[in-house]
Amino acid sequence: MSARLVEGSEAFAQAMVSAGCRFFAGYPMTPFTEVLEHMAAALPTVGGVCMNAESELEAVGMVWGAAAAGTRAATGSTGQGLSLMQESIAEAALAGIGFVVLNMARGQGDYFQATRGGGHGDYRTPVLAPSGPAEVSQLIGEAFDLADRWRNPVMVVGDYYMAHTWVDVELSEDYPEPRSAPDWTLDGSTGGTGGAKLVSPLGTTKQRDGVGYDLAAHYAHADQQREAMAAGITPRAETTQTEDAEILLVAYGTMARYAESVVAMLRSEGHAVGLVRPITLWPYPERQVAEAAAGCRLVAVYENNAGQMIDDVKLSVLGVAPVVGLNGYRTDSSAFGISPDVSVEQLAASVRELLETS
Amino acid sequence: MTEDRRPKELFVIPSSEAPTDASRVADFTPDLIDVGEHHLCPGCGEPIAIRAVMDAIALLGLAEKSVAVFGIGCSTAFSNNLDVEVLQALHGRAPSVATGVSRVRPGLAVFTIQGDGDMANEGLQEVLHCAARGENIVCIMLNNGVFGETGGHLTVTTTIGQRTKNTIEGRDAAKHGHPMRIAELLAQIDGVGYVARGAVNDAGNVARTKRMMVEAFTAQQQGLGLSFVEVLTMCPTGWFVPTDEAPNYLAETIAGTHAVGVLRSALPSSPSD
Repeated sequence: MSARLVEGSEAFAQAMVSAGCRFFAGYPMTPFTEVLEHMAAALPTVGGVCMNAESELEAVGMVWGAAAAGTRAATGSTGQGLSLMQESIAEAALAGIGFVVLNMARGQGDYFQATRGGGHGDYRTPVLAPSGPAEVSQLIGEAFDLADRWRNPVMVVGDYYMAHTWVDVELSEDYPEPRSAPDWTLDGSTGGTGGAKLVSPLGTTKQRDGVGYDLAAHYAHADQQREAMAAGITPRAETTQTEDAEILLVAYGTMARYAESVVAMLRSEGHAVGLVRPITLWPYPERQVAEAAAGCRLVAVYENNAGQMIDDVKLSVLGVAPVVGLNGYRTDSSAFGISPDVSVEQLAASVRELLETS
Repeated sequence: MTEDRRPKELFVIPSSEAPTDASRVADFTPDLIDVGEHHLCPGCGEPIAIRAVMDAIALLGLAEKSVAVFGIGCSTAFSNNLDVEVLQALHGRAPSVATGVSRVRPGLAVFTIQGDGDMANEGLQEVLHCAARGENIVCIMLNNGVFGETGGHLTVTTTIGQRTKNTIEGRDAAKHGHPMRIAELLAQIDGVGYVARGAVNDAGNVARTKRMMVEAFTAQQQGLGLSFVEVLTMCPTGWFVPTDEAPNYLAETIAGTHAVGVLRSALPSSPSD
């Protein structure tokens, strides 16, 4: 491990390579573009493949194939690009194909897209939200482990600030051998044996066993898998000075770092303000949010959108404390996620106002 | 279960004489196809085309190094009925999925099976981009000029005058646009190693199509880039013609726009042309 000054995007790329990702496909879109650049440079040096896919549809299709062939694989994009990928993400969950999707959002306007998914059917994707490049490495590794363990797409949420901010981070330059291909994956070798493997979102029953595709049975199996996944992933959150808080802030990703500064600032002024930062956005850390909210006067959700995660906070708190949104922090006219409204001073002023009025 | 299912030579039913042994045909299960019977419509050409593909794989000894990537359409009925490894893809997406498989396992014979609605309507850019990349896979398009699975609807390959459920008086170029010739489109892209269009409407064309499949997989194994074989298949249900008239309908209507033949080959010689 060595500390290096890198662009956040490079931290994402290095983390993926360190985690054994050997196939990446992407289509340029700000602020995802630089991750693609770094993967294009890094993967060939470790025997991996980076594809400059001609569209997001093809990027996620390529990753579907590479993952089904036993390689740790990832793709990613931003807002609209991820919207294009949703059909494949939803269907990959049904097919039991796990890979990692980077959601390099511009602001935080894609919380619903990440946590609910824009695709069809009863699928869910685990969603991990680092607060900055320093946490990226650990969560990327976990994301690949989850994708393998649950054979399901896993999303890691970054944003414009994280992608484009240069930071000093500890980066592993060791690239351990990637894990071997899981048994279910395809390498052609079972052909001609009378039991050739099948990987399909329609199920894996073969006609030689007396049945065609049995969709009802397959969907029931997928339901069980999803429920096991939801129960098998421990929701995580980080809390800051929540024990005696009168006002509890809830924020994730980069916005949580602003909130952390505001908590420190207001505490020094004698105000009882705390913060809970969800790290897993799905499954959502409902218990941690509810426990932190118990005894609070008010819960304030700080997010860089018109108010999306606030739904999950309300579902966690269940009326124990009033929940308000500190949002409306949209994007600037270039839509790149830099809003003049996003500042420690602005948030501190909003929280002071809440302290006086609530 | 390691019986050797490879045939010793390409088996072609002679077209010049009538079959004499009906019981043998009924009992026959083709190579690398698990169950001989299928649940597609009577007169459908797709099972014949699928068999041509599997015969080529068996003949070339590629069974244990093949991965088939299926699209969504009538032919999906075969995606769980083959004794080669199969990866099911979404409608339109088989070429990109096959790309992912091929790039991480470059030694394999990776091939796609799609219909014309799947490949040419929903996902045309995928096969075009694969061709331009010189992706070393075999892409097969079963072209019957209709969305068969939905009941016979217009695709981009539907020929002028062809009746479909949504061009019930026949495709009219002024109203419904012109048919696209997919093999011709692909043949002019640098990066392809082999492009051909076969048909399964008579024994001669079936035999020719099998040889095209052998050539396509041979080109793939030689690393010549994308191999593409389009196969004209009968769809009497989607064409609204009696089953026994469908082969002639194919010859007279469909093949008039989509001509059978080898369009491009980087192989030293292409005996099927």
